[in-house]
Amino acid sequence: MSTDNKKPPMPASATGVDERPKKRSILDRHKILETNATLLLIFSFLVVTVGGIVQIAPLFYLENTIEEVEGVRPYTPLELAGREIYVREGCYVCHSQMIRPMRDEVERYGHYSLAAESMYDHPFQWGSKRTGPDLARVGGRYSDAWHVDHLIDPQAVVPESVMPPYAYLMDKEITPEYMGDLLSTHAMVGVPYTEDMIANAEADFYAQLDPFSDGYDGLVARYIVDENPDDDREPRNTIVARNFDGQDAVTEMDALVAYLQMLGTLVDFSTFTPEEAAMPR
Amino acid sequence: MWDWIKIAVLGLVALLAALTANFARDLAYQVHALIVMAVAAGLFIYTVRTAGEEKPAATGYMDGVVRAGVIATAFWGIAGFLVGTFIAFQLAFPQLNFDFLQGYGNFGRLRPLHTSAVIFAFGGNALIASSLYVVQRTSAARLWGGNAAWFVFWGYQLFIVLAATGYLMGATQSREYAEPEWYVDLWLTIVWVVYLGIFLGTIVKRKEPHIYVANWFYLSFIVTVAMLHVVNNMAIPVSFMGARSVSAMAGVQDAMTQWWYGHNAVGFFLTAGFLGMMYYFVPKQAERPVFSYKLSIIHFWALIFIYIWAGPHHLHYTALPDWASTLGMVFSIILWMPSWGGMINGLMTLSGAWDKIRTDPIIRMMVISIGFYGMSTFEGPMMSIRAVNSLSHYTDWTIGHVHSGALGWNGMITFGALYFLTPRLWNRARLYSLSLVNWHFWLATIGIVLYAASMWVTGIMEGLMWREVDAQGFLVNSFADTVSAKFPMYVVRGLGGVLYLTGAIIMCYNLWMTVRGQKEVSAAAATPAE
Repeated sequence: MSTDNKKPPMPASATGVDERPKKRSILDRHKILETNATLLLIFSFLVVTVGGIVQIAPLFYLENTIEEVEGVRPYTPLELAGREIYVREGCYVCHSQMIRPMRDEVERYGHYSLAAESMYDHPFQWGSKRTGPDLARVGGRYSDAWHVDHLIDPQAVVPESVMPPYAYLMDKEITPEYMGDLLSTHAMVGVPYTEDMIANAEADFYAQLDPFSDGYDGLVARYIVDENPDDDREPRNTIVARNFDGQDAVTEMDALVAYLQMLGTLVDFSTFTPEEAAMPR
Repeated sequence: MWDWIKIAVLGLVALLAALTANFARDLAYQVHALIVMAVAAGLFIYTVRTAGEEKPAATGYMDGVVRAGVIATAFWGIAGFLVGTFIAFQLAFPQLNFDFLQGYGNFGRLRPLHTSAVIFAFGGNALIASSLYVVQRTSAARLWGGNAAWFVFWGYQLFIVLAATGYLMGATQSREYAEPEWYVDLWLTIVWVVYLGIFLGTIVKRKEPHIYVANWFYLSFIVTVAMLHVVNNMAIPVSFMGARSVSAMAGVQDAMTQWWYGHNAVGFFLTAGFLGMMYYFVPKQAERPVFSYKLSIIHFWALIFIYIWAGPHHLHYTALPDWASTLGMVFSIILWMPSWGGMINGLMTLSGAWDKIRTDPIIRMMVISIGFYGMSTFEGPMMSIRAVNSLSHYTDWTIGHVHSGALGWNGMITFGALYFLTPRLWNRARLYSLSLVNWHFWLATIGIVLYAASMWVTGIMEGLMWREVDAQGFLVNSFADTVSAKFPMYVVRGLGGVLYLTGAIIMCYNLWMTVRGQKEVSAAAATPAE
């Protein structure tokens, strides 16, 4: 760098010309990814895997994710058939099954929902919208007749309601011929259905429609298990058995109401304490 | 040789489908087996008739499949908006859940039909068509894989038909935005992998040294959606002769996985993919380069990294552990910045060409779409804050939020792209009518405003009514009170939908007349250049 005037040339560091080594910013290195499709693919895939792994994986092994509570049991065949109808009709689109621990929700719907209460729900039915009220603890709140009337013509029972009618469930007869398959598939993904339960799925399905039937005691014996045999308390019988729709025929209405009537009733909240439930056994 | 393999496979599929239809356990599975049988048999006959024929060598850009995609986008758009408007009125007037359609036409079955139709049918076709157009232009190369692109197009339409008819017949997994059952999911996986292959293959054989920024977004959308789809749909079929499957996960883990999927269906399907659209069509229509190259690098990597974490904000105050929902909230708020990075990059691309907003209704459509993107990516992080979410969750506010994003951002940018693409793909001199574009613009905009505003009102109102207690500490409102209070706003929302639908119908007429009403200009046959 020579100039005509007599002043000594400015140092390169001041002019930024010549000798100073060119600094490459990290953004310049992006050229490597930008010119190689495979690298771009791999890199962007790695970047999007991180969040999911960090958020989902620990839920499977952190012990305090699901509380230890008594009473949570797999659905009986009739209840599970009702749950299938609940899913099929898209009830989850307008009804949540997840009570948050806020004052108004606990007041309106009952004790806040525990993770344990949906631990056998494949898939979960927490919902995301309350166009209708939460159903997590609807079990036992209304009579069967109320549910049947309400499902047949919601506006006849609740004039303000915008719920669609489900009268056709009264006419759709239902048989448990594939119940064993459904139970054994649930067993495959971790629901503790025993071989006894799977083998008796059809009998148990009908037994729940009549508490005086021969099969009723077997149904209770299979599904109500004493989780603490050491203490003197008898386990609560949380199976509601009766003719739900009041008709002779076994219909989808029977199954759906049976499911609705057990929702949120498994855990006895008169003895539940969060501290105890959080303690590892 | 290849023809004979195809004939054998198609014949076998048709036969198996016929057997399946015979032994199917439920109506949906039976009808779907019949649909598959009909498709396979039709293709079988077609392949037999054309076997051994010389096929002309393919040259130039492969635009036939993009043209088909444009038509499919417009068609499914109308279908999705129509169902949406109908179910909006069902919520205002429950008598519209007709007795004679019970079991098929109730809100609970039509709502997944609406969401899937607009997200996957309308949005998905827009993404596939535009990505196949953009990747060819920006790579200066014909699509890789030959007719595989047609397989993707028709395979995807089959997926849509199976999903939509399945909902009506009660085949659903009840996972929001992932309702289709196991066999439909498997089919989509195959189609999607081929789509990835075509897209990546075209990039690999590009003649440009750099991969254009729009293609980064498209690529990460395709890859991430594949990952989300596979993980979230893990399930075991109850029987290979029935539609029903049992989800592999339960309860809290299942909820987390579903909303990891659900939020990133928004993040990658409706955001990353559509940003790819923005990065090509906005600069093209404005005839200006992208505002900042550095900003696109930063916001691309930040966006895809951070989005994936935001899912748990759908589960605040639920039985999901606090640590997870806190993580979701923090990342959702951070996400505001890369989102606005994208918005700034899109909007500022117009610097020096702002006058076009006045003169070019297509640019105006694109600009308002970016504007809605900015608004909903601000509203979203705000709603993910626990305190706000405690009010907004479970209410109509959420519905309003997704619609300002979906109608505003996804809808408007797609309309802009369709207006851009149609004259070019069919070699027409210009659009049939710019004033009809203007009508579309205003109808759609006013429709969105009615929609979003009415949902803010009902959402915040019902949230406040639910939690209202009197001086004695008792709840003031029964649930039914809140339902009846929402009625007027539900009507307004439905009217907003009518306006939006009307705009889209005007667009279809305009596009139709662009192609039908004008003569083809003998533009230089598109050759891989630019």
